[in-house]
Amino acid sequence: MTARSRTAGRQRPQRHLPLQVLLGFLVVYFLIPFWWVFVNSSKDAPGLFSGSNTLWFADQVDYFGNLERLFTYDGGIYGRWILNSTLYAFAGGIGATILAVMAGYGFAKYRFAGRRFSFSVLLGALMVPATALVIPTFMMFSGLGLTNTIWAVILPSLLNPFGVYLMHVYARDAVPDEILDAARADGAGELRTFVRVALPLMRPAVVTVLLLSAVASWNNYFLPLAMLSDNRLFPVTVGLGLWQGIASANNSGSTSLWSLIILGALVSVIPLVIAFFTLQRHWRGGLSLGGLR
Amino acid sequence: MTLLIEESATSTQEKTPKSRGKVRLREHLMGWVFVGPFGLVFLAFLIAPLAYALYLSLWQKKLIGGTSFVFLGNYVKAFTDPTFLSGVWFVVRFSVVAIPVQIVIALAMALIVDAVTSLFTRFSRLMIFLPYAIPTVIGAVMWGFLYSKSFGPLTDIFGLFGATAPDFFSKNLIFYGLINVVTWQWAGYYMIILYAALQGIDPTLYEAARMDGAGKWQIALRIKIPLIAPALLLILVFSLIGTLQFFNEPQILRYLAAGTIAPGFTPNMYAYQQAFGLANFNYGSAISFALGGIVFVCVYAFLFFTRKRRSFF
Repeated sequence: MTARSRTAGRQRPQRHLPLQVLLGFLVVYFLIPFWWVFVNSSKDAPGLFSGSNTLWFADQVDYFGNLERLFTYDGGIYGRWILNSTLYAFAGGIGATILAVMAGYGFAKYRFAGRRFSFSVLLGALMVPATALVIPTFMMFSGLGLTNTIWAVILPSLLNPFGVYLMHVYARDAVPDEILDAARADGAGELRTFVRVALPLMRPAVVTVLLLSAVASWNNYFLPLAMLSDNRLFPVTVGLGLWQGIASANNSGSTSLWSLIILGALVSVIPLVIAFFTLQRHWRGGLSLGGLR
Repeated sequence: MTLLIEESATSTQEKTPKSRGKVRLREHLMGWVFVGPFGLVFLAFLIAPLAYALYLSLWQKKLIGGTSFVFLGNYVKAFTDPTFLSGVWFVVRFSVVAIPVQIVIALAMALIVDAVTSLFTRFSRLMIFLPYAIPTVIGAVMWGFLYSKSFGPLTDIFGLFGATAPDFFSKNLIFYGLINVVTWQWAGYYMIILYAALQGIDPTLYEAARMDGAGKWQIALRIKIPLIAPALLLILVFSLIGTLQFFNEPQILRYLAAGTIAPGFTPNMYAYQQAFGLANFNYGSAISFALGGIVFVCVYAFLFFTRKRRSFF
């Protein structure tokens, strides 16, 4: 990598300047919302509405005061939302990944009766709009008395057909049949072969599917919005949406809520940004999977 | 467990027809052991809801007379309902503009990041990808602030040039305001997928092309883009599915753009309003199902016209 970049740099150090400048503008564009939220969460409500220096910090930066207000407002409901989001992301993400890894491996390595049929049903399911499922799932859960519980959000997020498709592609190419046969010849059972031999080979794809499922659960909005009515069960996306609605509906009375929403948006993205930066070596390899074949 | 070990041990030793039959049986069984758990979730949360939605959509609830079977009545109503039709028209128009914009930007960025290897491009790659980590709802909230007349920077920036700031919440500009939000949200993700595909190309191809006298642009247009066509197609299909179901961003921005974004702005918002606002689950299901049908037809038509069905799946 370093060798390649060094030779490329030596060959034509100037040629790429316009491209890099263009890229620079794009980076500014992609960072503007983050910057706006970052500087404006330093302001209190009057500072926010004064309309001056909208792209710079407040004269008196008050992050700690704002943070305290955010986490104590309405009995600390914001902290609960963050915890709920974390729970939904972990439970949904881990559960969906386990199911997807097993199913992908099963589709790739066993020729069982009904395999081709089930796999084409799965591929068809990739095209089913996820939101079309929300209304009937709500009705079913409402019949079972499951609406407005955490299960109403966690159970439907266990479904990740795209994850199965990714795992199938990866297991087919990265796990040679010969290795599996060798493990079987050594007397390992099917499950042990899967856990000890196949799983380590599939690790990059497993991490990618885990990240994608966890992010999908964390970002989910339509499903929890429909399922939950108790705001103590809300994930942070639905919670901030609720605040935004209250603040817009009654613009003058709730100016203080706006500064909470801004800081709330900032705080809610920090865990994901950290996760993406620290795990980037893992997901980058895995994302290319989708483009295979 | 011991039984399995025993069986697998015999399977590799001999190839008599009898033991091969046993092997086949074990393979059927183990296949379903691995696929089964997902299969159950698939049946419970995909097949069952779809079947139930179809069932619901064939009934109609009246204030007087209770629930009655109307067969395709709700669909006839939907496809003659101006709100639903204008929602469909909106998401179709939106897809036709937003998807090419996102993909062209993503492709350009991926080509730059692939061709120029420097510390700055590596940094840019991460920064451009960052919005993907942000929930679409939060992204919409952030852009809502930036568009806002009371505390957004647009008034200041346009004031510098003595111009009035555009109001992205107005009827004329909301289309572009939303295009900007989705481009910001997704272009980086698409760029990473395309970049990964570009990195998978064998570099000796570039050498060969250079020997034949191909320039940088020719290499990009004639070698790189055709070779990542499968990844491009994948992105196109997924963005089409996602955009036709447009919900989160307009749902969040409708508070700020009061009067511009009606509850029936997109088909999904309309279905949500019918089901959860008006408790009209039958008509809501019919709208969802009709939208699902439209998505399916659009994707299938798209794949048919690009004639890539085989290489995609």
